[in-house]
Amino acid sequence: MAMSKSRRFSLYYFSSPQSFYPLAGAMQPWFAALAVLLCAAGLYIGFFVAPTDAQQGEAYRIIFIHVGAAWMSMFLYLVMGFWSGVGLVLNTRLSSMVATALAPTGALFTFIALWTGSFWGKPTWGTWWAWDARMTSELILLFLYVGFMALQAAIDDQRRADKAGAVLALVGVINIPIIYFSVKWWSTLHQGASVSLTSAPTMAKTMLLGMLIMALGFWMYSIAATLARVRCVILERERHTEWVEAEIGRQT
Amino acid sequence: MNWGSWQNFVAMGGYGLYVWGAYVVTLVALIAEILTLVMRRRGVIKRLAQYYAARRRNHESEA
Repeated sequence: MAMSKSRRFSLYYFSSPQSFYPLAGAMQPWFAALAVLLCAAGLYIGFFVAPTDAQQGEAYRIIFIHVGAAWMSMFLYLVMGFWSGVGLVLNTRLSSMVATALAPTGALFTFIALWTGSFWGKPTWGTWWAWDARMTSELILLFLYVGFMALQAAIDDQRRADKAGAVLALVGVINIPIIYFSVKWWSTLHQGASVSLTSAPTMAKTMLLGMLIMALGFWMYSIAATLARVRCVILERERHTEWVEAEIGRQT
Repeated sequence: MNWGSWQNFVAMGGYGLYVWGAYVVTLVALIAEILTLVMRRRGVIKRLAQYYAARRRNHESEA
């Protein structure tokens, strides 16, 4: 009994779907509230504080959503790949459920990055789309997310679905450095990074601030959406357990 | 940034179509995801409640 008590307070406690479900439910509204506040602040700075860009005029204001969405599209894929890998190696069900829950939000931000990029490209480059390295690899990212979801949906046996999805997700991780470095490796239409880890940003401070706050807001939104989705996934997959039956009883 | 008038804000210096085309679709996409999640949760709870009810009825008819 002493052993089971000490286990309760370890980190592994939350690796069980049953203990993670209420934790996710408790955290979700806070991340949602943070997302709303940060996006409101980011939009205010983006539209009412940041000045007009000398070269691009007002069209540049699309970057306040474009950059954050593009970052999240890549970051969420890495997180999805990480939890897929953990699920594959350690056979922990919750890891696979989190990976499953991340995919639609990742696909959504990939779509937003592509869409807003297109609406920025038309006035600044004169074209909605080009088969440039950055754009093509980002489009492949969208296909990877959709492929992951379709593959998991197509396999009835949940364990096999998790394994197949995990292999696809892990192989696809190679695409992330390709997207990130594409503007360096191939000199194509898409411009280089305005913000990087190794050098000072090449943009006005208020523009940068608005962009970073929006990116943070999207990050919080992604966490909130993923937590909400993983709770649905947990209920569906753990439906044969007594605690889910009790939980459904409380909800109806 | 002082836009002066509502019209100027909407016009976005001539780039209104592009700026709002990007923002509106992003907003719609995020709202669609939120609604999908709300409906999914309701659907899961409803379906599982029916599933447990059917299972209980089966158990009773067997007994």
